[in-house]
Amino acid sequence: MNTDPGAPVTLAWRFARTVLGFGALAVAAVLLAPLVGATAIDFRRAFDFSIPFADNVDAQIFFVARLPRTLAGACVGGLFAASGVVFQGLLRNPLATPFTLGVSTGAALGAVLAITFNWSLGFIGISAVPVAAFVGSLVAVAIVYALAQARHRGLSTTVLLLAGVTMNAFFSAMILFVQYFASFADTYRTLRWLMGDLDVSSYEPLLAALPTATVAFVVFAWLARPLNLLSLGPDSAESRGLDVARAQRAAFLSASLATGAAVSIGGPIGFVGIIIPHLVRLMVGPDHRLVLPAATLFGAAFLVGCDLIARTILAPVELPVGIITALLGGPFFLWLLIRKP
Amino acid sequence: MAAHQKALTRPVAALAALLAVLAAAPHRQTAPAAARGVARIISLVPAVTEMIYEIGAGPRVVAVSSYDTYPPEVKRLPNVGALLDPNVERILSLKPDLVVVYGSQTDLKQQLARAGIGVFDYRHAGLGGVTATVRALGARTGDAARAEDLAARIDRGIEAIRRKVHDRPKPRTLLVFGRERMALRGIYASGGTGFMDDMLTAAGGANVFAEVKMEAVQASTEQILAKRPDVIVETRAANSAFAVGERDAELNVWKVLGAIPAVRSNRVYFLFDDRIVIPGPRVVEGTEALARTLHPDVFK
Repeated sequence: MNTDPGAPVTLAWRFARTVLGFGALAVAAVLLAPLVGATAIDFRRAFDFSIPFADNVDAQIFFVARLPRTLAGACVGGLFAASGVVFQGLLRNPLATPFTLGVSTGAALGAVLAITFNWSLGFIGISAVPVAAFVGSLVAVAIVYALAQARHRGLSTTVLLLAGVTMNAFFSAMILFVQYFASFADTYRTLRWLMGDLDVSSYEPLLAALPTATVAFVVFAWLARPLNLLSLGPDSAESRGLDVARAQRAAFLSASLATGAAVSIGGPIGFVGIIIPHLVRLMVGPDHRLVLPAATLFGAAFLVGCDLIARTILAPVELPVGIITALLGGPFFLWLLIRKP
Repeated sequence: MAAHQKALTRPVAALAALLAVLAAAPHRQTAPAAARGVARIISLVPAVTEMIYEIGAGPRVVAVSSYDTYPPEVKRLPNVGALLDPNVERILSLKPDLVVVYGSQTDLKQQLARAGIGVFDYRHAGLGGVTATVRALGARTGDAARAEDLAARIDRGIEAIRRKVHDRPKPRTLLVFGRERMALRGIYASGGTGFMDDMLTAAGGANVFAEVKMEAVQASTEQILAKRPDVIVETRAANSAFAVGERDAELNVWKVLGAIPAVRSNRVYFLFDDRIVIPGPRVVEGTEALARTLHPDVFK
């Protein structure tokens, strides 16, 4: 794999150091965040399993309100950050985000339809909004993929980008069209959904997204080396034995699925997918074998932290988590734009 | 280029002047009528539409907003858009002499002013705002006496409910007016201001979010657990009622938060009732519906 006999050892060591370092950060965030909240709870009571769960407010605040919420933050943050890395590598564009190719706007259209027309899946006992969001993201992926595939052998990243941006605009227009039929309360709820919300209040949305997320991460693990080769340009990558079309297809589909799963849990929370990949690259360098795991873990920790701020800073009212990530991410994005390479 | 533009502007300006004259003309004709009261009313605010009918000015209403459903007569009237999409052309073509608009519709107000059409500026407020609006409306439409009667009737009705429940213990109440279907997500509840909070207080409930001085609070599950409401009332417009078969499923959604007294004692209620969600003349009946839910023993 590498001509330099010392390199794999170095890489393995750097990989271990990266995963351990960022892993410790993520684990610390997930363990500490549920301990903090807008209300004071008695932890001895929360973990006293002799009290029936139905009567134990402290336990319910911990296990129903805070823990699923923290885990949702970790999942969504990790998924957005990792798919950001993959999209930036695929499009070879540092400003690409998980939302560039229309996936999240497709998901948003699904969610807005479900909210506005009060869709219900009451007969199977689940909420229609995350399902509609995920289906919306799949529709968007299918359209963009078909367009990019249509007149090219393999996948044209230029067409992919143009198709994605166009679909974004189209789905946004559709959202406004649907909004026209919404009542005031629904408009308000839609707007709020678009700002992101991790208060899932049960583990079901996480379990529902788990299969998709697992598949995506398995593909991401395989993608690390192809993405490194792609960064040299498709021609060089091809000449070094990479099946470029296959790698691009895998990258697009896996990152899109990951984004769809994340949006269905927490809504389109912005900026995580761009700040984290770039911060991580500044820390560990450009090698995707390090960037991908580091971004996943750091993204998880980052979003858990942002959500902690969102739910405590104005308690008992809470700020949408998307506002916190935007306040942190907006200036960073600008800095990235004007920074000398 | 400049000359070309000039050539174009002149006819446009002439046309605009002609339009202004045309728009102003019918107003000048109806000006004497305005002194006696207004003859052609358009309402873009459902709560005010109800008031207009209640003070006897209903027959003079010529159009309403797309959100209006009450009283049933309004369904036959032309609809001229609503808060975000008022159809100015249609409004002008119906030649109103009074248009009820939301305070935030500044563009529409300017256009109506230019056309010389009277505007009744509605602003959302608490229960006190309902009677204040009724009185101001009556003065404007020339139905001051009936408006005064209605305002007094609303005040008396609310006061009667207040007295009926005033010595009862006040259940801590979470008043929800929106959430995601089949999930405890995106929950919106009444904060400590606005007509819903006033109605809840008059109905003998204690709002769990009383200290949050906003009309709408997004309530997290943690906050709801921590506030421990004794009663949860979910209220919506009548047309968004859950299907019969889904009502139990929607009730079951709350079972996740079993430590809340309201859930443990099965005191979660759905009130799909326009009289609660529209701050019009029916607020007394709406408040009574709330009071019956909170204090069933008093209203036996």
